[in-house]
Amino acid sequence: MDYHWHWAIFGELSPDGVRPYWQTLADGLGWTLATALAGWVMALALGFAIGALRTLPSPWLRRLGTAYVELFRNIPLLVQMFLWYFVVPEVLPVALGERVKAMPNAPFVTAVVCLGFFTSARVAVQVTAGIEALAGGQRLAALALGLDLRQTYRHVLLPLALRIIMPPLTSEFLNIIKNSSVALTIGLVELTASARAMQEFSFQVFEAFAAATVIYVLLNLLVTAAMHRLEHRLALPGTLGGR
Amino acid sequence: MFADFDVGVIARSWLYLFQVGMAFTLQLTVLAMMGGVVLGTLLVLARLSGFAPLALAAGAYVNLVRAVPLVLVIFWFYFLVPYVAAWLIGAQEPVKVGTFWSALITFTLFQAAYYCEIMRGGIQAIPRGQVLAAQALGLRYWQVMGRVVLPQALRNMLPVLLTQTIVLFQDVSLVYVLSVPDFVGAASKIAQRDGRLVEMYTFVAAVYFILCCTLSWLARHLLRQVC
Repeated sequence: MDYHWHWAIFGELSPDGVRPYWQTLADGLGWTLATALAGWVMALALGFAIGALRTLPSPWLRRLGTAYVELFRNIPLLVQMFLWYFVVPEVLPVALGERVKAMPNAPFVTAVVCLGFFTSARVAVQVTAGIEALAGGQRLAALALGLDLRQTYRHVLLPLALRIIMPPLTSEFLNIIKNSSVALTIGLVELTASARAMQEFSFQVFEAFAAATVIYVLLNLLVTAAMHRLEHRLALPGTLGGR
Repeated sequence: MFADFDVGVIARSWLYLFQVGMAFTLQLTVLAMMGGVVLGTLLVLARLSGFAPLALAAGAYVNLVRAVPLVLVIFWFYFLVPYVAAWLIGAQEPVKVGTFWSALITFTLFQAAYYCEIMRGGIQAIPRGQVLAAQALGLRYWQVMGRVVLPQALRNMLPVLLTQTIVLFQDVSLVYVLSVPDFVGAASKIAQRDGRLVEMYTFVAAVYFILCCTLSWLARHLLRQVC
């Protein structure tokens, strides 16, 4: 059993003939971050909307919100990725479908949309839980003050819920970073895919994967530390996490 | 549009999809779940043990695995297991392990880290008085854990453990990256052979949706009876 270690591989030229291997990985990291961040913005916007929908008085809207959540939670991410990439362009009207297929960055855009919807269902669950965790008095007090339902959500319920659900949102953000690796199946060359490409060209399996692992771990630590500070600043006074 | 949706390709291939693909997926899910629960229990006992090096090592393992995407873990073990196997049996060449075993080892080790964290939450919710009372009664460590702490903790963590297992069932689809004929892999093979991607992937999504909804319903039903 002899594996030939060769850590200097990162400085050597990759098969594209221009850049060394470490830059291949750096590009991959860039795509991972871009995909995760863009997907995260979408997930937050949709997730807060759907999460709030599930707490409205109307039972039909609540059921609609729950159906949305169940749809995106009960299909594996990989299959959702395939649905968005292979199925949706065919099901759209022909002209639109052709435009979608001809997009220059199709894997990236598809991955963002897919991760955005997938993660939004998870965010929605947390938002619903956050709003339900608020004492019912908050809603009643806001309505008694003369706020309408929209204002109650906008100024009272959603801001408070956000501050309660910061910890689970942190783990969802970490999840979307990790989940972006699934996009390699539709051809997005993010961090895991670049490590895989480096391994295929250089045969230095363990160096490539070790480097990717270290980057993911550092990213994880960085996000955790940043979110921890944010959580601390946003924690509701009077709760166990607050000052 | 759906005008040329060909149901025929599903009718032709569903038996293969279930007999080969779904059988693989279910086998992997069930075996990885069992392995994951056993290993996860050992991990959580190590993590909560008073012996610092053991607790640190278990904690480091759990945090490392949870920081890395599953796809990368699958690649890691696919290449690592043959070397480790060769080292274990003293062979000169990396041992050919086969994708099923490689995937099983991967999912067991990966799942154990997640189960470990869930169990830790369940165990740490047990009041300290329970442990002290058990010790005061003269029970040994394994008796305290096996008879007092774990049975109560199991009730706390069962809902999350079941959810995590449904997640595992979905995650198994990622063995696709090793070109293994699991349910998604088998469907994708036929989809590409017959040029019927829309039909096959829609079918796969529908099957997963129905199965996962049924499983969560069963889990909720079970929980109402147990808890």
